[in-house]
Amino acid sequence: MTLMVQPFARSLAFKLARRNLFHDRLRLVATVIGIVFSIVLVTVQLGLYLGFGRMVTTMIDHASGELWIMPAGTKSFEDPSPLDERKRFTALSVTGVTDVTSVVIGFAEWRLPGGGTTPVFVIGSDVRGPGLHPWNVVAGNTDALSVPNTVAADQTYFDRLGIKGLGATAEIRGQKVEVVAVTKGIRSFTTTPYVFTSLDRARSYTGTSAAKANFLLVQLAPKADVEGVRTKLRASLTDVEVLTQAEFHDRSREFWLFDTGAGAALFAGALLGMIVGTVIVAQTLYSSTKDHINEFATLRAIGSSGGYIHTVIIWQALINAVIGFSIAAGIGVVIVRMTAESALPILMTPGLTIGLFALTVFMCVISAISAIIKVMRIDPAMVFTR
Amino acid sequence: MTADVIPVHQGLGEPAAAVLEATDVVKVLGTGAGQVRALKGVSLSLAPGELTLLMGPSGSGKTTLLSVLGCMMTPSDGTVRVCGQSTKDAGPEQLAKLRRDHIGFIFQSYHLFPTLTALDNVRLALDVRGQHGWAVKARAKKALITVGLGHKTKSFPSELSGGEQQRVAIARAIVGNAPIILADEPTAALDSKNGHAIMEVLAKIAADPTRAVLVVTHDPRIVPFAKRIVRIEDGSIVGEEHRSEGRGISDDRGTGEEHDMKKREQDFEDEDSIKTKRVRMQR
Repeated sequence: MTLMVQPFARSLAFKLARRNLFHDRLRLVATVIGIVFSIVLVTVQLGLYLGFGRMVTTMIDHASGELWIMPAGTKSFEDPSPLDERKRFTALSVTGVTDVTSVVIGFAEWRLPGGGTTPVFVIGSDVRGPGLHPWNVVAGNTDALSVPNTVAADQTYFDRLGIKGLGATAEIRGQKVEVVAVTKGIRSFTTTPYVFTSLDRARSYTGTSAAKANFLLVQLAPKADVEGVRTKLRASLTDVEVLTQAEFHDRSREFWLFDTGAGAALFAGALLGMIVGTVIVAQTLYSSTKDHINEFATLRAIGSSGGYIHTVIIWQALINAVIGFSIAAGIGVVIVRMTAESALPILMTPGLTIGLFALTVFMCVISAISAIIKVMRIDPAMVFTR
Repeated sequence: MTADVIPVHQGLGEPAAAVLEATDVVKVLGTGAGQVRALKGVSLSLAPGELTLLMGPSGSGKTTLLSVLGCMMTPSDGTVRVCGQSTKDAGPEQLAKLRRDHIGFIFQSYHLFPTLTALDNVRLALDVRGQHGWAVKARAKKALITVGLGHKTKSFPSELSGGEQQRVAIARAIVGNAPIILADEPTAALDSKNGHAIMEVLAKIAADPTRAVLVVTHDPRIVPFAKRIVRIEDGSIVGEEHRSEGRGISDDRGTGEEHDMKKREQDFEDEDSIKTKRVRMQR
């Protein structure tokens, strides 16, 4: 099968395709609605997938440290298994390691100033050294976290935490805390607010022993051999895993997206959208081809090659794709903006946009196959009998 | 006008000059119990400069023969040669190429593209040959002028009368300079005046010494335009008649040609403008 898409500026194939489509506007509208529905569905699902994927690794991505030491079998950042903090000193003795920072995480109960409680996810690390500190600080100062009983909270959760902003006070685990730094956009996919504090306060709020931590963040010397240091760390530490930041990122992402089934559900939704779109476009292209069968038979009778006729049909599919995608992309942008401040924002990256356009084109071209098969069976001699 | 009736014998014509040559063509249609021998050893050749009528009753095999001669079907037996090229064992794409390169078609129901203008309908015949651009547009316009529709290049088929639509179809058939023009009942859907005009155009095309025109028809009114009449019955050619001169072939092909064309355009304009206005009012 020859599929040469001829230069549309010169060939009548494009004009014929365009006129065939716009000739029956009702059918065109139905097709475009089908494509838009399909692509918006795929956009939302994949956008959620991307947003979710980014959200579940946001702490890992913002931590400073080339290697993560964690209890063996840790599935994700939010998996608070304890490890012996003495391992920190063992790690510090390995050549190539410049610093090791303890990180303590855990759930705690936040008592609202006005009464009632809400769970929070506490993250604590050494305030002065490299580690895991709040970012996107819009008010206050993270240095203030070195003052006892101070925390940083995200403004997204002010209502949940029952506070109004900087200087607000509440209680965690019966201890009075003051908000000394406010961040923007550090949201949790679990919807439980993150609260940053110092290492010792985190231990206190989460009930973690002073000899325990959850992660050890390892900083390496410039030009240190990451694999070499990792091997040495593995040899000198027991019951732990040593992962690079990228590895922990992937593990965490895989756990939340696939082991929990959340990602599979999003992919299933996207796949469903693609199937719906393909079927709708295929159905309308097929019926359009059937309606124009006399014209295609005439084209064949006057000597057009199969490739020329396929080009007309492919152009029809591509025009559908461009119109459908343009509208769907517009709707997608609105949805992205509407969900930007939500607990689970839909993400639209340039890569996803290009991918969605390619997907739309692919979907429409695949849809053209049934129409092409129909045309391939045309008997040009039918023009004598119609 | 004189008509020399000659005895029935198949395979008439001068092979050296023939642009289309069918020899002992058999075409079997259908399978099993429904199998029909639509053509039973037909031989026919078309020479340039001739307008040949193929006449016969319904079911006689006219359309099947036209389909075989027009390279839309391959014969079950026998040979068809188009400008020296055999259609034997040719696949659909090779047959399409033969049609594209050598044959122009005119259909009973015109088969114009309703979404394209008259000019684009004609251009399409060149477009499928891979010819695009301004020169092609000019050629298409010239073809429309030849059939008397130089003033309706931008009209859509729905804005044209039946006669005008058929003339667009003729322009589409001739624009590629195909040496063979095959017309299937070109006047069947037209009134006598338009039918007459269409046959005049076809006779003029047939007068071109590089072109052969075969017209399949039931219409006895167009007999005077033919140089040759081939009669087919029950899948076999049963008679052939050579006429000394077709009525539509004018000797005046020199300076008088332009005058004739303008006159013909004027005649049609009077009638067609009324029809076009009616169509527009209906919209």
